[in-house]
Order: sequence, then structure tokens, then C-alpha cells
Amino acid sequence: MTPVTTDGEDLLRDLAPQALARLVRSYGTGQFDVCEDAVQDALLAAHTQWPADPPSDSLAWLVSVARRRYVDRVRSDSRRRDREAREALLAEPLNGPVTGADARLSPADDSLLLLQLCCHPALPRPAQVALTLRAVAGLTTAQIANVHQLPEATVAQRITRAKRRLAELGGDLSRPRDAAERLSPVLDVLYAMLTEAHHTTSGTPARDTDLAAEAIHLARLLHRAMPDDPEVGGLLALMLLTESRGPARQTADGALVPLDEQDRTRWDRSLVREGIALVETTAPGAAPGPYLLQACIAALHAEAPDTGSTDWAEILALYDVLQIVTGRGNPTIALNRIVAEAQVHGAGTALDSLDRLEQVHPGLPRLDAVRAHLLERQGRETEAADAYRRAARATHNLAEQQYLLRRLRTLVRPST
Amino acid sequence: MKYLILMQVDPAVLEQLTPEQGKAIGDGHAAFIAQTKESGEFIGTQALADPSQTKVVRSVAGTPQTSDGPFAEAKEYLGGFYLVDVEDEARALELARLIPDSTIDGLALEVRPVMFSDFGDL
Repeated sequence: MTPVTTDGEDLLRDLAPQALARLVRSYGTGQFDVCEDAVQDALLAAHTQWPADPPSDSLAWLVSVARRRYVDRVRSDSRRRDREAREALLAEPLNGPVTGADARLSPADDSLLLLQLCCHPALPRPAQVALTLRAVAGLTTAQIANVHQLPEATVAQRITRAKRRLAELGGDLSRPRDAAERLSPVLDVLYAMLTEAHHTTSGTPARDTDLAAEAIHLARLLHRAMPDDPEVGGLLALMLLTESRGPARQTADGALVPLDEQDRTRWDRSLVREGIALVETTAPGAAPGPYLLQACIAALHAEAPDTGSTDWAEILALYDVLQIVTGRGNPTIALNRIVAEAQVHGAGTALDSLDRLEQVHPGLPRLDAVRAHLLERQGRETEAADAYRRAARATHNLAEQQYLLRRLRTLVRPST
Repeated sequence: MKYLILMQVDPAVLEQLTPEQGKAIGDGHAAFIAQTKESGEFIGTQALADPSQTKVVRSVAGTPQTSDGPFAEAKEYLGGFYLVDVEDEARALELARLIPDSTIDGLALEVRPVMFSDFGDL
């Protein structure tokens, strides 16, 4: 399948989720799998027909072709027991114009509906991510396989299975009841995409499709749909600010560069500006949710020229609030709070906190790495070296391991 | 998260299996493959030939030397592996328990996280 043009490809990627949302609204979320297949058929038709005969209203063309394909698919699907029920549904919306509630809904609403479907809490996380990339971001199965470095067959199975599970769950998600309640899994999935993007990059060849860019694209869609939601604004700002550090996060040979050693002149300034501006418009007067708080912390880092001039007291205070908001149960937040605590109250206090955290969460990833840093700052080099060794053995991330081994070497042989 | 589930086999244990047990193991592996493909967690699997077919290439004083077989005194050998992509370690262990080898004394499954993989042009 060759793309129409790059512009045409982008247009189709934007329109596909809208067309899918229209179909899902018409036929119910229980028909998600058939609707998705029908939209894929329509996209294929667009690829072959649009270059010669471009439609005047692209979305209307896609929706009407997809509806015809949906009808064909349901008619030919004689194995399904609920065929009659579907047939009954077919007559009404097929020829009608976009009516009632649909007419008032914007493309952004369509994206939100699809995001909520794809990030359904009943699906396992890998399935949520794969389905979101397929149905909302409009990536092909091959592109998703490429993103995750998985065989295409594995991803195809995952998507098929996820669609079937959604169909089994049925229910009518198209009439949002409590947007905020269903929003939380969507935010978590988008953030998980960005985190995964940053943890799978070490030493691997450059990927055609950038998971981080897709995650940010989706967060922008969501923000457009819900510009007043502080957690959505917070998530987008957090993602922009995290991504802005991208160029400085790794050395040429793929080793991780921690925040305090990063060359901040290499941070992407336009992303930093956009992220900070978003925090400044979102935060005042808003309820402090976990993503907005993390965005505020990221903004404080982004505003400081180096570690020394960072407002650590403010950051520590924000972590304290974040721990309260998240119910104190998140060990990663607790660990990051300890890093800030070390800057404000010294390494000794932080090491005490670290011991207490380890008692509750033995084997917590990165705990020994933080311990090693604190011990090194105190001049306890032998203990620090042991902690670096343990941390390097425990990590599953190649870039992080390279970094820890480098620290270990400079400790053991300080004559460089 | 990708995990490699290594199947540690002991040829002496395998030889003592009844034909019914052997068939049950074969069926169990087929069912395991079908199930993990269905869930989208399956990436690949390989079964390795008998350890007697193994050759070892090893450096002796900086020069590669080829010899027959692994250490003769070793009782357990790598019999094959499954490569899976799962949500977390708990799920990887859950899958390992579904492999029939996990119910036979003398066989074992080793579950290890994958740090880096490149399958070329998949």
C-alpha cells in the first residue's frame, strides 16, 4: 500500500478516528471490532480512489464508505448469533445525515470517545497501548510492531484480541457519564507510552515511528477536546517538559545522562516554553492532581539553569503534596521525593528515608542507584561502589546500566 | 516487558517419561503456544536438539577452538525457550507455570528479563 501523498497520509490519519467514532456511535461500542475493520476497508478505498477522484468532503466520504462496508460485513457474518439484532440497527443510521447529538460533537469529542474505548480498564496495558496506536493514532500494525520491536503477528493478535474483548464488554460508552472518572485510565495509558518510549531506546537502531511523538500527539488531541481539565493540561505539560530533555538524556554511545549532569543548553527550548506556558495557564486555582503536580515539578527543573540553582525546597513541597494526593502508596514518587530531600536536608537525612522506604518496598528499582549517589556524596566510596554494583545488576535498562557502570569505574579508579 | 523463559531439561528425566506423559507434554506445549498467541504475548519459541549434538567454540589462549559437547558432567541442559512480551514479571511467571515442564520433577523453567533485542527486519 503506497501512500497517496504525505499530506494525504496525514489527513487520513486525522480522519480515521473521527470516522470510527461516528460508526461506533451509530452501531454501539459492542460493534467496535466490526466498525474498526470497516474503517480500515474505507481507508484502503480512499488510498486507491482519492488520488484520481478527491472527494469534496473527505470525512463524509469516509463515513459513508465505512458504513457501507460495515453493512456488508455484518450481512456476510452469518456465524454470529446476534445477527438479527445487528440487522435491526442497520436500517436507521445508514442513510441519515449526522443528526442529534452527533451533529454537535467535534472531532475532538470523537478522539475522546475512542481514547476512552481503547484505554478501557478491562484491557491489559499492552493491549490498551496497541489499540490506541491503531485506532486513535492511526498507525498500521507494522508500524506498531516497529515501535515495540515485536513481530507483526504478535501485535496483530493483541489488537484482534483487544477488539474482541471490547465487543464482549459491550455497554454504551458513547454517552459519557462521568468524564473525569473514565479519563484517568486514558491519562495513564498516554503517560505509559511516553515512559516506554524513553525506556526502550538504548542502543537500538533508530525507529521509523516514534512512540513519544505519538503519545504527545494523542495528548494534544485530548487537550483540544478538554482544554479546561487541569489533569489533561498537566499531563500534556509533563510530557512536553519530559520530552524537551530528550536530546540531553543520552550520550553518543547510548548511556543515560541523569538530570543533574545534563547539558541543559541541549534541551528543546520550544518544548520547554510550551510546557511552562501550559503549566502557568493550567495550575492557578486548579485542584492539584498527580499529573499537574508532576508538571509543576518538571517546570521548576526546566526553569533552572543547573542543579545548584534549582528551587529544591519548592520541589520537595510539591512532592509532599503529590504523596498525599496519590495516597502515599507510590514508591517511585517516594524515591523521587528522597532525591529532592537530599538537596534540601542533606544526604544523611535522605539515606535514613531511603532505609525506611526499602523496608516497605524491598527490591524497588533505582533505589540502590539513589543510595549509591547519596553515599558517594558523603564520601563513603566503598559502600557507594557496592550500591552501584547492585544497581547495575538489578536494572533491565541497558542505558541505565551503562551509566551506573561508568559511575562505578570513576569511583574505583578516580584517576581520570 | 520481554521475558525469555528458558527450559532446563535433564535427558535422564525425559527418558523415563511414559508415552502418555510424553504426549501430555507435547499437547501442553501446543496449548501453551496457542494460548499465548491468542493473547498476543507470544513472540517466538525454539526447541533445541539433544545436548549430544552440541559443539562448543571457545577461546584457548586467544584462539577459537572447537570441541564436542558441553561439560560432560552437567546434568541439566538448555532444551529450548519461549520469548514472550508480557505486562510484568508476575505474568511471565504465571505463563511459565502453564508450561507442562513445570509439573515434572527434574525439569525447570528459568524466567529472565530481556534488556535488549533486535530481530532485524521483522
